Amino acid sequence: MVDKPIVNNNNDLRSISPAEFFEKNRHLLGFDNPIKALLTSVKEAVDNSLDACEGHKILPEIFIQIQKLGETRFKMIVEDNGPGILKEHVAKAFGKLLYGSKFQTFGGKQGRGQQGIGISASVMYGQLTTGKPARIITRTKGQKNALVQELKIDIKTNEPQIITEASIEWKHEHGTRVEIELEAKYMEKKASVVEYVRQTAVVNPHAKITYIDPEGQKTVFDRVVEKLPKEAEFIKPHPYGVELGVLLRMLKETSTRALNSFLTTEFDKVGSTTAEEILKTSGLDPKIMPKLLSVEQADKLIKAMHGCKIMSPTTTCLSPIGDENLKKALEAEYDLEFAFAVTRPPSVYRGNPFLIEVAIGYGGELPADQPVKLIRFANRVPLLYQQGACALTKSITSVDWKNYGLQQSGQNVPNGPAIILVHMASVWAPFTSESKEAVAHYPEIIKEAKLALQEAGRQLQLYVGKKQKKQLAVRKADMFKLYAIELSEALSALTGKPKEPIHKQLNKLTEEMLKLGAIEEEEAKSAEEKARTPKRKLGAFKGVDEE
Amino acid sequence: MGAVKGKSKQEVLKALEEEAKQVVEAIEKMKNPAVKIPLRALTNVYFDAKQRMIKLGDKTGSRTFYNVNQAKKFMQTMLVAAQIKSLILQNSPTLDTRQLFYLLRGTMPNSEEDKFDDQDESDAIIEDVEVIIDALREELGLIAVPKGVIAGPLVIEDVASGDIIDYTKMGAAGGAIPASVEPENFRFKKCTADYILVVEKYAVWNLLNQQRYWEKNNCILMTGKGQPARAERRLLARFEKELKLPIYVFCDMDVYGYYIYSVYKQGSINLAFFSEKAAAPSAKYIGFNVDDYKNFKLPKTALIKMNDDDLKRIKEVKAYDWFKSKEWQAELDKLAAFGYTIESDALVAKSIDFTSKTYLPEKIKKKEWLD
Repeated sequence: MVDKPIVNNNNDLRSISPAEFFEKNRHLLGFDNPIKALLTSVKEAVDNSLDACEGHKILPEIFIQIQKLGETRFKMIVEDNGPGILKEHVAKAFGKLLYGSKFQTFGGKQGRGQQGIGISASVMYGQLTTGKPARIITRTKGQKNALVQELKIDIKTNEPQIITEASIEWKHEHGTRVEIELEAKYMEKKASVVEYVRQTAVVNPHAKITYIDPEGQKTVFDRVVEKLPKEAEFIKPHPYGVELGVLLRMLKETSTRALNSFLTTEFDKVGSTTAEEILKTSGLDPKIMPKLLSVEQADKLIKAMHGCKIMSPTTTCLSPIGDENLKKALEAEYDLEFAFAVTRPPSVYRGNPFLIEVAIGYGGELPADQPVKLIRFANRVPLLYQQGACALTKSITSVDWKNYGLQQSGQNVPNGPAIILVHMASVWAPFTSESKEAVAHYPEIIKEAKLALQEAGRQLQLYVGKKQKKQLAVRKADMFKLYAIELSEALSALTGKPKEPIHKQLNKLTEEMLKLGAIEEEEAKSAEEKARTPKRKLGAFKGVDEE
Repeated sequence: MGAVKGKSKQEVLKALEEEAKQVVEAIEKMKNPAVKIPLRALTNVYFDAKQRMIKLGDKTGSRTFYNVNQAKKFMQTMLVAAQIKSLILQNSPTLDTRQLFYLLRGTMPNSEEDKFDDQDESDAIIEDVEVIIDALREELGLIAVPKGVIAGPLVIEDVASGDIIDYTKMGAAGGAIPASVEPENFRFKKCTADYILVVEKYAVWNLLNQQRYWEKNNCILMTGKGQPARAERRLLARFEKELKLPIYVFCDMDVYGYYIYSVYKQGSINLAFFSEKAAAPSAKYIGFNVDDYKNFKLPKTALIKMNDDDLKRIKEVKAYDWFKSKEWQAELDKLAAFGYTIESDALVAKSIDFTSKTYLPEKIKKKEWLD
């Protein structure tokens, strides 16, 4: 994307800046329409805030506000209690596309970053649609005042332009506030800002998020867990996850001087024995300088790497939310009767460690006669679009929910008063397209998600089963009480005894039978009787039936 | 004349009351109330070879109130019993089961649930009540629609109206068999017949009546128009027990004709509980049978080719215990091998008078029948 050449009318080639590329291709990056543009901007800013807080071991406190300035003109404000940004970095962090810590070369750890192109894209969008600069306030710990900058991006050069700069007093000791004016449309429904904030709160239970909508309505999503998630560790790439292009670059950039030490140094889970085996399989000399490897030789090496048996990758690069936290968070954000969460052990797809977490909520505010609410996440970021194309959706619809207390026709989203949450955490979350709203269909991912869903489903079934049993008992009691009216009248007519005492006694007996659970026993007995009696009605044949 | 003992109205009332009393007693003792119902499934139907009739075994099922699947039926059983009691006490005219359904119909208090969804439900409960108190539907003041007719030297008294009916003076239509032929409604006054001839089909009966067969042969000529209803069967049983007359049955030469004969003679599976009051075990099968075809040299135009259903049904009938006698097994084998059926109507192909003047008198004289 960085060096994409385009052809102009004079037929000569030139490279374009990322900023220029964005201007022409903003639909690819989550700015396709005014509704989505607002959402993407909020998302980029919040992701930054959460990452910054977690990176400095600060429990995040995030403030989000959307102000309506005109029919299609809004101002987005996102403020955090993060570490703040040093003056020399502010302009580049907000005013230069594809700049920052998010663009690791090789290997990595679970993070929100890879989801988006970065906050500078929002700045760019605001600038393109309103002509206004973004306003940044930031203060690092120990600074006397906060720094205020108004920024724009030079589209031709992808360099920041500082429009104004000042120093002001600020209520926060440290933190960052970003304000961007932009053309947008505000929606209350699905895939809305408020829904995004709510879902973000669910998968970030350690954060406190306050949201003020254009009407001035304030919603506070309180912190549910008083502890930061375990920090994900950086890991080296696993041989199974490396492709030729990446390998070639790694060969070029390595400081190692022989192929065997290249393998043991640059890759996860490759010791000398494994390195030896890889090299033997590839037929390459262990002493070759990595920099001197030809493309053909690199191809041999990668084939050997993918063909050898290598231990599964290190999973310390993952930071799950945790089943208990997830359950608490779901219960905090939705009014539920029942919630259950599962965190699966890490697994691997194409050399990339990942893990799946699932939570199911049931009853309460959720409507009973509609499809269940599905919420999907990748690395703690809500996926609000492209539900149908996502592997996580596919794993939900391929579970037979009728076994777990929900209704379902075919392989569709089940119906019932339930919410199903699936979170995929990975070093590298595979998306189906650049807009990064749907997880690609890797069988390993679908399988893990299914296992997690089934485990949660079994708990759901236990709960729903118990509940239905209780309801059945109530219905049973009503049924016997109804029949008792007619029955006592008939018995009174047949025996000449007064009706009321019989009726009273029957109701007393009904209570007693229900209390003793004596009615179920009768059912079991009659089921046996049924099994012994042939079903066919006898003598019912053509032309010879009596009467 | 030793009548087959039926239950009087007083006895029916007492039996209904007793059943309800034990239910109330169970409720008072805080026990799950139950009624015992003889099972009416094939598992509880057997052929009594000595008495030569299909009977209901002694297996009973229990219907209880505190059972989710039986609660409504239990209530319905008592509703039907109470309705029957009320009809008897009012000295009501006999009613059809559909009329009873209309009396029982309605929704329950403060509910949208019907007491009975349809007539099938109430009909099944009526049969239950019949077997619970061992009384016939007719004794409960209910009827099944009859369809039979008779003619011949028989005089009866219709008790309710006091009318005296002479079945020699019924003209071309013959006399209809009433719904209830119980002795208290339908009293035999005089009978001079030598035997009873039952014919399967009305067309055959009609021809024989026009030819005054019953007069020339001094018999009672009767038809149940195909598969007989309850009244025709009950009347034939009374003829056998009370008048002690020989009974001959004349049907189509096909497996369905043979089976109709067996219903008159031994009863049926569905109404096995009714056999003792409505079977005529001494009845003989006079014809038509496979040997008759050759013996009487019937033209080929009388034949109808059998189909797969007919052959399948022959196999089924052969397996019934009441067709296990050597002669019936042989007859069914012959029929299957012959591959054709002959309707009793078809005998006119020989001549119009053939049945009345040749076939029936000769068969009866020579005692050529199947038992």
